[in-house]
Amino acid sequence: MNNKQLFTVIVFSENTVGLLNQITVIFTRRQLNIETLSVSPSAIPGIHKFTITTFVDRDMIDKVVKQIDKRVDILKAYYHTDEDLVYQEIALYKLSAELFTGMNEVEALIRKYNARVLDVNSDYIVLEKSGHYEETQALFDELKQCIGKGVLQFIRSGRIAVTKSRIERLSDMLAAVEDKIQRK
Amino acid sequence: MIFALISEGVDTIFGYPGGQVIPLYDSLYDYGQDIRHILVRHEQGATHAAQGYARVSGKVGVALVTSGPGATNTITGIADAMMDSTPIVVISGQVPSPLLGTDAFQEIDVIGITQPITKWAYQIRKPEEIAWAVSRAFYIASTGRPGPVVLDFTKDAQVGTLDYKYSKVTHIRSYQPAPEPEPASIAAAADIINNAMRPLALVGQGVILGGAERELKLFLEKADIPAASTMLGLSAMPSGYRLNKGMLGMHGNVGPNRKTNECDVLIAIGMRFDDRVTGNPEFYARQAKIIHFDIDLSEIGKNIPADIAVPGDVKETLPAVTALLKPAVHTEWISKFEPDEQEEYDKVIAPMLNPPADAPLNMGEVVHRVAQAAGKDAVLVTDVGQNQMMGVRYFRYDCTRSVVTSGGLGTMGFGLPAAIGAKFGAPERTVCLFVGDGGLQMTVQELGTIMQEHTNVKIILLNNRFLGMVRQWQELFFNKRYSATTMENPNFTAIAEAYNIKSRSASTRAELSEAIAEMFALDEAFLLAVEVATDSMVYPMVPAGAAISNIIMGDDNNE
Ligand SMILES: Cc1ncc(C[n+]2csc(CCOP(=O)(O)OP(=O)(O)O)c2C)c(N)n1
Repeated sequence: MNNKQLFTVIVFSENTVGLLNQITVIFTRRQLNIETLSVSPSAIPGIHKFTITTFVDRDMIDKVVKQIDKRVDILKAYYHTDEDLVYQEIALYKLSAELFTGMNEVEALIRKYNARVLDVNSDYIVLEKSGHYEETQALFDELKQCIGKGVLQFIRSGRIAVTKSRIERLSDMLAAVEDKIQRK
Repeated sequence: MIFALISEGVDTIFGYPGGQVIPLYDSLYDYGQDIRHILVRHEQGATHAAQGYARVSGKVGVALVTSGPGATNTITGIADAMMDSTPIVVISGQVPSPLLGTDAFQEIDVIGITQPITKWAYQIRKPEEIAWAVSRAFYIASTGRPGPVVLDFTKDAQVGTLDYKYSKVTHIRSYQPAPEPEPASIAAAADIINNAMRPLALVGQGVILGGAERELKLFLEKADIPAASTMLGLSAMPSGYRLNKGMLGMHGNVGPNRKTNECDVLIAIGMRFDDRVTGNPEFYARQAKIIHFDIDLSEIGKNIPADIAVPGDVKETLPAVTALLKPAVHTEWISKFEPDEQEEYDKVIAPMLNPPADAPLNMGEVVHRVAQAAGKDAVLVTDVGQNQMMGVRYFRYDCTRSVVTSGGLGTMGFGLPAAIGAKFGAPERTVCLFVGDGGLQMTVQELGTIMQEHTNVKIILLNNRFLGMVRQWQELFFNKRYSATTMENPNFTAIAEAYNIKSRSASTRAELSEAIAEMFALDEAFLLAVEVATDSMVYPMVPAGAAISNIIMGDDNNE
């Protein structure tokens, strides 16, 4: 059963303390690595959204997501493959101004990768690029090749994603729960 | 807090005071008529007692402890309750909230430590949160698949004041206690059962937790399905019941273990296919269609894939399936259990129950004789090890909620405090504890609790002067190299005497009979210290990792 692939787990939770810990122990107990993690308030006030990527086989991700879903403060947990999602990561590159000025190749790279210049001063320049992992990584690799140590810092965010499906499962679920409570 | 507990119907608390719960204990002092506080001798004992209380009564057990070491001492009991789905609420004191995170005296991150072993863990930092948190704690602990909840209660929240208003939690939007029954899966399950030639039902503790014993009986009888239970499912069906074919698993009965690999439909009801039940999953019921009833979606397909999943509370799903069943008769299939039963009786049970007159006492006959004398409504409590396996195998069950034992965690030391809790949970029932010499010494201090509370528990010590179950593995699988399993033991009756508990020792059959009679004649706690054979084994046995039908029947007749 070594059919590992990248899954994106999307978790909606109440905004209570200690939730991240509750989720991560479910991964660590099964010796799974979290590749990326991104947490923020969701569109619904009071509900937080976790986006987690991990390399596992389908059987394992199914079990892991059920375990997450079972926690009392978790509203719902889902898992997806890349085909189900529109997703992005964002990367920042801090380049030394000294090495940078006058290097046409770097300017060409900025255009080629459609990167944005966020900040420029006499010491450094900061670029931003959003895209899939391979794209942000490719820009990094090329910059490295071009100016070497001139790349002072590089950072990439965790994946964020929205589903392609027409059904908004969380809203439907919340409506169903509300409905059930009303009926009681 | 005390008002909130009273509002939740709490009548008994097992606890141990300390610096960070003195204010709470101070209020408890005024409410002695409403809530009885049982002072245990170690906080582990408080949690096991709360478990024992919960398991026999069906109510939530409550433990109250101080911060730091008081809280860390409860970890084993909390983990045990998590594994065995036992509803308990553990309230631990905590340092005042301004000191949190400063490594204050007796500060420990209770929430961080207990989160992975609880259904819910919450820190109460303000008096306004008390009513909400307590009500939520009891709701979460007792609904759905039950489990432990920890409330970590800061000292400043304990001394704050407010106008008290309590309202019971009836729902939590992020928590669905039981999934809705699915008509399609119910119909599919009924269809498969209606076409089964050789059905076998596996009964787990879910049936007891769901209060679905009657629903189970109607289900089994309508389609004439033989059934066996997991260790924690024992007593959901009475021992002598026609369709009850005994216990599953490593030391279970031969019939249901073999038939697991011969049936055509396996119907798991509120059980989780623990590895002690399945043996090697690669060779488990490969020939059968598997139907799995469970309230916990994460259990379905976790260990053994299900052909049909029936999510929901078995109290609802079982009758729904029963309604669609055609009455059936499986006389021939059921009669196929008989040769297995006979073989187990001849090779294992008969030699235990009718030993040669000069043979040392064995655990099986002791349990059997105690069970006969204990009366119909007795509760069995066990510790862990050979005493546990012999206890559950040779005791007899007439009514539900009659077994209190540590299944998933296998916690030595569980027995004595759990028996105390069981007696408080069912004061009118006789509570019989079987415990080994190793396990008794893990929580022996609880004899002090028995002394102080005059708790009428019958303690039957099965003293083989060995850590018997480990010794058994060493004998079978480690070339009889008995590494660290012999025990030089104290005089147990002298210990009982020191605690003012009546006791007697027995090493012959005559002494045993007299002692059992005396024990049940007395209306108070009793320690019966029985010297049993040092080298007995528990059979039948399915070696760990072997197929469930690969059963060792005795010392020299491996199958
Ligand atoms: C807390 C704990 N420590 C260790 C074990 C491992 N263990 C399982 S059974 C057993 C032997 C128990 O010996 P005893 O209490 O004398 O009972 P017997 O098996 O002899 O009936 C041991 C050490 C355990 N289950 N729990």
